[in-house]
Amino acid sequence: MDWGFIFERTFSAMIGVEVMVYALAAVGLNVHFGYTGLMNFGQAGFMAAGAYGIGVTVYWMQWSFWWGVLFVFVYGAVLALLLGIPTLRLRADYLSLVTIAAAESIRLLARSRVMRPITGGVEGVNKFAVTFYDISPFELGKFYGFGPFKYLGRDLWVLVVGWTILILATLMVQQLMRSPWGRTLRAIREDEDAARALGKNVYYYKMQALMVGGLIGAAAGCIQSIQKSSVQADTFNSVITFTIWTILIIGGPARVWSPIVGSSIYWSLIVFVENTLRQLPAGTRDSLERAIELSDFNISMLRYILVGAGLMLLARFRPQGIFGSREEMALDRR
Amino acid sequence: MAGAQTAAAQISDDLGVIGQLQYQDANGNKVFVEGVELTIDGVGSSTTDAEGKFRIPVSGPGEYEITLNIETLPSGVALKDATRGTIVANVSENNDQRVIFALIEGDSTTVSESNFSARRIGQLTLEGIKLGLYLAMAAIGLSLIFGTTGLVNFAHAEMVTWGALMTYFFNVYGLVGAIGLLAGFPAPLGGPVNFILATMLSMVAGAVLGYLLNRVIFRTSRDAGVSLLAQMVMTIGLSILLRYLFVYFFGGKYRSYSEYGAQRANVFFGLELTTRDAVAMAISVVVLVVVGFGLTTTRTGRAMRAVSDSRDLAESSGINVERVIAQVWMFGGALAALSGTFFGFDTVKWELGTRILLLIFAAVTLGGLGTSFGALVGALIVGIAINWSTLVIDPELKNMTALFVLILALLLRPQGILGKKQRIG
Repeated sequence: MDWGFIFERTFSAMIGVEVMVYALAAVGLNVHFGYTGLMNFGQAGFMAAGAYGIGVTVYWMQWSFWWGVLFVFVYGAVLALLLGIPTLRLRADYLSLVTIAAAESIRLLARSRVMRPITGGVEGVNKFAVTFYDISPFELGKFYGFGPFKYLGRDLWVLVVGWTILILATLMVQQLMRSPWGRTLRAIREDEDAARALGKNVYYYKMQALMVGGLIGAAAGCIQSIQKSSVQADTFNSVITFTIWTILIIGGPARVWSPIVGSSIYWSLIVFVENTLRQLPAGTRDSLERAIELSDFNISMLRYILVGAGLMLLARFRPQGIFGSREEMALDRR
Repeated sequence: MAGAQTAAAQISDDLGVIGQLQYQDANGNKVFVEGVELTIDGVGSSTTDAEGKFRIPVSGPGEYEITLNIETLPSGVALKDATRGTIVANVSENNDQRVIFALIEGDSTTVSESNFSARRIGQLTLEGIKLGLYLAMAAIGLSLIFGTTGLVNFAHAEMVTWGALMTYFFNVYGLVGAIGLLAGFPAPLGGPVNFILATMLSMVAGAVLGYLLNRVIFRTSRDAGVSLLAQMVMTIGLSILLRYLFVYFFGGKYRSYSEYGAQRANVFFGLELTTRDAVAMAISVVVLVVVGFGLTTTRTGRAMRAVSDSRDLAESSGINVERVIAQVWMFGGALAALSGTFFGFDTVKWELGTRILLLIFAAVTLGGLGTSFGALVGALIVGIAINWSTLVIDPELKNMTALFVLILALLLRPQGILGKKQRIG
């Protein structure tokens, strides 16, 4: 087994594109769930909104890339509004039902035959990120080395921009949550009736939180689609949403840096496990394949099994996350 | 493509559009049609073999328009619906996509029919009722679990899938399929059993799964004082865990039971229904009526409804609440298994339940979360609404109707049709 290779992969995964995208989506979910207590089970839907927001406007409608980016935010906010209106006055579990249903419907709609002229159906949209790569200060095809890691200029550019946005978003959330607005959100999370009794319009605050978190989720989807230079409906399935949930709970909800920490831990764990299993000596692999059907395909399914088991065990035994404090944990209180 | 896409793409080493051309002659015998040419523009073509089979390999998932060359049909054989000579095959990552060209002896009969004809609406209503009945069996369990414990069980869809998989398993392998040592024992230990017995075993397996989930996971959580929202997140984790354990052990392939495959539809008053579906619908009605009577007249059923209404009142009047909850989970599991078995008539696959989760949620919300009869009413309405929606929207999008029903219900009557106002708090 090539441990050097495995560790190299694992360490480079810790700051990779996936970590950045999922962390950003989790920053949004943190605003929803961590700070406001909203059970958004459709973050993948917001990511899809971001991805299609840029893909469709730039590729089909020939908008300039920057108008497309602006549209992503408008679209994310509108989606939050549409989901919030019927649900935010009701008990928490109704929002979860509607968001999971809406996210799945967005995926179905985007991949459908009817929408094909707009969304490209199952093949999706591409060729919309050219402007982004044109302004790259790095040579797209050249390798840049940092110690043991090497990045293609194209990926490096995405990473630099993505991490900058992620850090800015995190700092923004930090400041927001220290403001009176953020304190109100937390008050709503802790006791909605008390917040209402103090004259706060709970519905509007929840709606604003849903929009802010949704915008950040849409930005994550937008960056992901730019990195892949394509948008595909099936990338935004419900498992993605719950991977983000797992990441948030690993890091600890309602903590500013938890999305980044959680995402980094999650992805390095997944990459480590998958690469180790793939690198097993042939004999061990064969006997594992016979005993527990550990085929190549099943190794790639393991990450979802780990997400499921991890989410269940975390919610049960450590809802405050690995680093979180029980005092700041909404999940446990209701 | 990375992540989930890569994983999915690995299934697709060998994709194609497949099918088998056949028709029934005057005596009701199957006749395979040989030598018919089928083409996907720009991809390839295939000519049917002696068994009427064809296969056109494609390079990846996507939508392909496949055309049957009518000129190559033998004389005296025609497309049942002359407008359906070109159909769209939506090839997914998982498997060959089967397309069906309906052929008949003689001339094409179905002339293009007005969208809103009484016959079409009748047919859609019938299919809606069928969907609604199957859904209802899944929805009642979900609603009762919510009623008795306050928990929205997102893993309920996997209990539906479990039913289909278990029926398939007993019907095609028997227990020996999992435990090789049982070879030589009589069925169901050592071999497959017929579909009806397999369904019963599957319902038992569903009840066992329900019991275990409650006993091992959710009862211990309740005892430990884990909050309802945390438990809800646990059901999500459980749902993903089960779903991918299914794909791990069952594979991504689509399969079907060894009996009751595609049947020829019977026609009553212009409405088409296969005998299989008619029987399944009748069984569903009987089961639902029995459930209804059980809930209203038997001691256990009344206890279930009492706990749903008010846990504290029920407990103080001497009902063993934990026992009732265990019964509800078993009962919900068995019903979900039966529902999954019926949904599996077309294809048995690992994500069968996940695809109808949206519909189940819409049904229980519309009927009123926590009310068992509401779930039944909601399921029927959702089933019919979804099928009617195909009058105006593409059938591919019909499940989205459930989302609209869900949102409309929340806007207009959030407590549901049969729900009580205080439930929505």
